[in-house]
Amino acid sequence: MVDDRVNNERRRFLTVVTSGIGAVGGIFAATPFVLSMAPSERAKAAGAPVEIDISKLKPGQMVKEIWRGKPVWVVSRTPEMLESLKAIEAELQDPMSASSVQPTNAQNEFRSEKPEILVLIGICTHLGCSPVQKFAIGPASGISDDWPGGFFCPCHGSKFDLAGRVYRNVPAPDNMEVPPYTFLNDTLILVGEEGSA
Amino acid sequence: MSKLLAWVDDRFPATKVWEEHLAKYYAPKNFNFWYYFGGLAVLVLVIQILTGIFLTIHYKPDSELAFASVEYIMRDVPWGWLIRYLHSTGASAFFIIVYLHMFRAMLYGSHRNPRELIWLIGCIIYVALMAEAFMGYLLPWGNMSYWGAQVIISLFSAIPGIGEGLALWIRGDFVVSDATLNRFFAFHVVLIPLILIGLVFVHIVALHKVGSNNPDGIEIKKVKNENGIPVDGIPFHPYYTVKDIMGAVFFLILFSIVIFFMPEFFGIFLEKDNFTPANPLQTPEDIVPLWYFTPYYSILRANTVSFFWIDAKVWGVIFMGLAIVMFFLLPWLDRSPAKSIRYRGVQYKVWLTLFVISFVLLGYLGLKNPDHVDLFLFRNVIWAQILTIVYFLFFLLMPFYSKADKTKPVPERVSFK
Repeated sequence: MVDDRVNNERRRFLTVVTSGIGAVGGIFAATPFVLSMAPSERAKAAGAPVEIDISKLKPGQMVKEIWRGKPVWVVSRTPEMLESLKAIEAELQDPMSASSVQPTNAQNEFRSEKPEILVLIGICTHLGCSPVQKFAIGPASGISDDWPGGFFCPCHGSKFDLAGRVYRNVPAPDNMEVPPYTFLNDTLILVGEEGSA
Repeated sequence: MSKLLAWVDDRFPATKVWEEHLAKYYAPKNFNFWYYFGGLAVLVLVIQILTGIFLTIHYKPDSELAFASVEYIMRDVPWGWLIRYLHSTGASAFFIIVYLHMFRAMLYGSHRNPRELIWLIGCIIYVALMAEAFMGYLLPWGNMSYWGAQVIISLFSAIPGIGEGLALWIRGDFVVSDATLNRFFAFHVVLIPLILIGLVFVHIVALHKVGSNNPDGIEIKKVKNENGIPVDGIPFHPYYTVKDIMGAVFFLILFSIVIFFMPEFFGIFLEKDNFTPANPLQTPEDIVPLWYFTPYYSILRANTVSFFWIDAKVWGVIFMGLAIVMFFLLPWLDRSPAKSIRYRGVQYKVWLTLFVISFVLLGYLGLKNPDHVDLFLFRNVIWAQILTIVYFLFFLLMPFYSKADKTKPVPERVSFK
């Protein structure tokens, strides 16, 4: 004798439970695939700190290095350059670097541990382009007649001063990032690790 | 032969499919120039897939080798230059055709009831095509490839909270690197093409369910003869297959002229900065995406003001996203009783013209430096802001002006103009 009465409630219950558990299983199955796209151990290891030798860097010059694939700039600022930083504070979005990223040893008006040596990540905070150095002053810079020297992003026209601080009314929202760094001695900087100075 | 066909038909609906989609698919008899672009889009998709297969035979998805392998294809592989130019020019041709195909829908109301799903699927195809083009553009590993990817991926990092992690997950590294190149290659040659082919199939299935629209924007299925065939319909095959072949030949002539005489198309199809290898330390002087993204790029850059406690950068991303979302909403924004522009009033015509002008000019401005003056009076960024507003007003005001517009009476039968 076949019982052909249909228990719809039981069928619905079984359908819901089966598909629910199936969905949970699907999420578990998808997890390794999703995680496989995260940075690999090799990529993480490549993010180790780098040393930058500044013994040959003369005042007013800049060197570029790579840390974590990002350009790191070291600028040796002249006293005139440091002087210019104060004069333009009114034109900056965040002159005190309250909302930007920098290590504690660079949390000051010059955004650096030693005032004359600036260490910056050379990436515009707008969309990740690398700004170009415009150290020439005034009309020679090609930017404006009263340009005091700084950095200019060719992508969308963001302007930064010689401490990587962003001007008002440009697309970039923040000052450029200062990476964690420490002075190993007078001429050697370790970028990627903050010193316990 | 007929025995063989009968044998197959018992096991696979060969004749049935042939008749339903070609020999007995009745399309309106008044198709005009604008109806070439659907078929041409399929043609270009086939060109891209075929040339793409032959490019993968020689290309190396490795940041050390990629740039050189493209140069190898261009110089040493027999006919490699042709296959590569077919593929790079095909990408731009694809977007030209798709933009004209979309404009056709906006002219004749092809997105309106009962064809909303066809339109939505089409919009998804458009988005998938943008993803395909963006990822493909990284593969030559030129400097513009590199920085273009850098900029677009960092758009994701603008999303509050999860943004940074998401960008890291997409890149698979702290910067655009070999890991990024390798996965973009996988997506560009496997994942997205599969999705595209699937979507195109569904797009056509949905179209053949409801039937094609036409320049009069009326339903030919309303007037049928005694055999149940629309009196204003003609079988797609042979009538429109022949018409489309003629269109394809004409297209291929233009396509060949570009490939053989101006494959870089004045630096618009292949950008100058992409002839130098990727350099993470050196941003190109003027970073611009390829021309088919520049309208959105202009909208992104036009947002220079922070408001409601949200950064200008995030607003840029939001508005760029919304600019694409607007297309999805089109079937429900349009309230006009007439579908075709032939029977609509002056208001829609004016707004559509303004929209086309804003789209084209935004595209032009996206290729230019925002602080220069390339139009007149204002700097480019100011123009981009004005045109962005026009772009959005076209969509947002549509429920009002399309309803208020004075339409002409819509005819029962199709007409030829």
